[in-house]
Amino acid sequence: MKAPSTHTAKTATGIPALLKTAFINALVALVLFSLMVGIRTEAGASGQLTYWTRFGDLASLVAAVFGGSIVIELLRQWIGPIGAEKLVPPAVRSGMSFLGRFVAPALLIFTLLVPVIFYNQRYILDLAILVLTYVMLGWGLNVVVGLAGLLDLGYVAFYAVGAYSYGLLATNFGWSFWICLPLAGILAAFWGVLLGFPVLRLRGDYLAIVTLAFGEIIRLVIINWQDLTGGPNGVSGIPRPSFFGIPLDNSDDGLAAKLGIEYSPTHRIIFLFYLILALALLTNWATIRLRRLPIGRAWEALREDEVACRALGINTTTTKLTAFATGAMFGGFAGAFFATRQGFISPESFTFQESALVLAIVVLGGMGSQLGVALAALAMIGGFELFRSLEGYRMLVFGMAMVLIMIWRPRGLIGHRAPTVYLTKAQAISSDLVKEGHG
Amino acid sequence: MDYFAQQLINGLVLGSIYGLIAIGYTMVYGIVGMINFAHGDVFMIGGFIALITFLILISLGLTAIPLILLVVLLVSMAITALYGWTIERIAYRPLRHSFRLAPMLSAIGMSFVLTNYSQVAQGARVKPIPPFITGGYTLHESTDGFVIQLSNIQIMVVVTTIVLLALFTWLVSKTRLGRDMRACEQDQTMAALLGVDVDRTISMTFVIGAALAAVAGLMYLLYYGLVDFFMGFVAGIKAFTAAVLGGIGSLPGAMLGGLAIGLIETFWSAYFSVEYKDVAAFSILIVVLIFMPTGLLGRPEVEKV
Repeated sequence: MKAPSTHTAKTATGIPALLKTAFINALVALVLFSLMVGIRTEAGASGQLTYWTRFGDLASLVAAVFGGSIVIELLRQWIGPIGAEKLVPPAVRSGMSFLGRFVAPALLIFTLLVPVIFYNQRYILDLAILVLTYVMLGWGLNVVVGLAGLLDLGYVAFYAVGAYSYGLLATNFGWSFWICLPLAGILAAFWGVLLGFPVLRLRGDYLAIVTLAFGEIIRLVIINWQDLTGGPNGVSGIPRPSFFGIPLDNSDDGLAAKLGIEYSPTHRIIFLFYLILALALLTNWATIRLRRLPIGRAWEALREDEVACRALGINTTTTKLTAFATGAMFGGFAGAFFATRQGFISPESFTFQESALVLAIVVLGGMGSQLGVALAALAMIGGFELFRSLEGYRMLVFGMAMVLIMIWRPRGLIGHRAPTVYLTKAQAISSDLVKEGHG
Repeated sequence: MDYFAQQLINGLVLGSIYGLIAIGYTMVYGIVGMINFAHGDVFMIGGFIALITFLILISLGLTAIPLILLVVLLVSMAITALYGWTIERIAYRPLRHSFRLAPMLSAIGMSFVLTNYSQVAQGARVKPIPPFITGGYTLHESTDGFVIQLSNIQIMVVVTTIVLLALFTWLVSKTRLGRDMRACEQDQTMAALLGVDVDRTISMTFVIGAALAAVAGLMYLLYYGLVDFFMGFVAGIKAFTAAVLGGIGSLPGAMLGGLAIGLIETFWSAYFSVEYKDVAAFSILIVVLIFMPTGLLGRPEVEKV
């Protein structure tokens, strides 16, 4: 007698059941938001807390939850439990993968042309430089997370090490950018090894937390070691980069004067743009080459199964350390670039949020896919820029997006992995088929 | 010596708060095997709800402090527990069989959501409250005039912690729910086969963890007299350190670890430097994980192929 009723309840959820779910959700939302949204507290002039009610906002939020759960429930019934991927017919998908081969070159050519197309639009150029910085950071972190499968939540520490290396060396000793750039990379790599050594035995979540703690330690030391780093005031007056010794300014020795063209401040922006593009492409090139070397193969093997790795005689110690060092080195390069671009660095630029943002780019990009990381950086930074007016809501949306992406497509939006070794023909593997071991 | 004794008291009080948060981490890790990164923010939400409830009750004209405290405790526990339940339902349950890093990343996202939600909803400024519970006892007065104080609020924090721990230990060891929780911790599939509602048990774990975090939030509010939207991050990492130090998955370990972290932090501030107290706590996390990954009371993790 009971079986049919449960059956109907499961499949054909009628309007009453729909309303009931929505009602329960709205009720939960009402309790959740009742105090946090319905009442607003603020410290008054004398330090005394006052409060006022915002029942209108509360009501509209609860109504939104009610409406939203009806819509989601309806969508779920129409689309069914099938994921979005299976809705795409195979013909379309093969066409997409055919097109996909041209995305990377087309994107590269477009990127090279950006300063030409948007020559006088300073805003777009600045944004492009920012996106490329994150592309570079993403590709750098991708070595650690995407290839070696080591979840690093403290990547921003290496970015900070790079930035402060250049900032301090340049302001204290007057060293040029081109000497400091490799030094920043080496120092960051050194810190990568220093972090890597103790955490070799850790895996998964523990590793993530330790790297997070490491990132916070670096930031706290920067804040508190005021004699060296200037503490919260940061380092200012960091010299701008020169075109291999020739300054990009309005002086007689400047590049513009030497080339005999009229000086424009845009020159420096464009130089910075090509500089970061070159650095990012260097990262990408190095990563692609490394993946074909034994060490790169070892990274990917480590990601898939650490125990099997050891059984096959791969030295997991050196494999992990090189992954950390390589990723950290690219982070250091990016940091040095950041310092020279900004001319000012302070600990505020190196918070956990930055680490999470770069990690989100790598995850969204499908962990291991170079093109995916680039597109994800573009989407993420572009999205941040679009929501710039909604300052407070930006990180809220970012967090929600992170949760939703994990639920909807945990393998990232563009998640596929091109195999490095194949028999006759390279065939992209759907990310669903890839399963990580514990690493 | 007197200075030492005073710091010991302060450290134990701080440690009780960390211990209450750490229990939430250790329970969730024991059953679901994930670090609930958003737990520190649940603690922060608990503090905020306690603050708002305080304000409402006072403006309603209530003056009996024990009654106010009781109501605030119950309200903030109840609502924060619902937060814990909702977070599990939205962000973790759909990912239970996803790949290894997914719940962790989802938890980081959830942590951002909670932090910024309370910033948007309640503003970025620090919220102070006037001291509710005043007075205390002078335990000892030395000849040079240094006084060891034991304030009423410190007594309250420690007593509440002990009572809650006793209640919680009873819950885990004697009730049906506790038995289900222990069963799920050992083997979820087998527990499900034997009729344990695994989903419900996991939900209840989050609910209890959040309720304890809410108590910690209330204690923090009373002890320090303020809350702000960013306090969950650092407190969360320290409580996680406590859970790891005590041996993750072990409930007495979490409390022990909490006390240890509270004491270390207090003594570090008292004798070395206040600026580097967080560095000390984070360094302990790293050192413990490297040299003693199972913690003080934890079981060694068996590596399965």
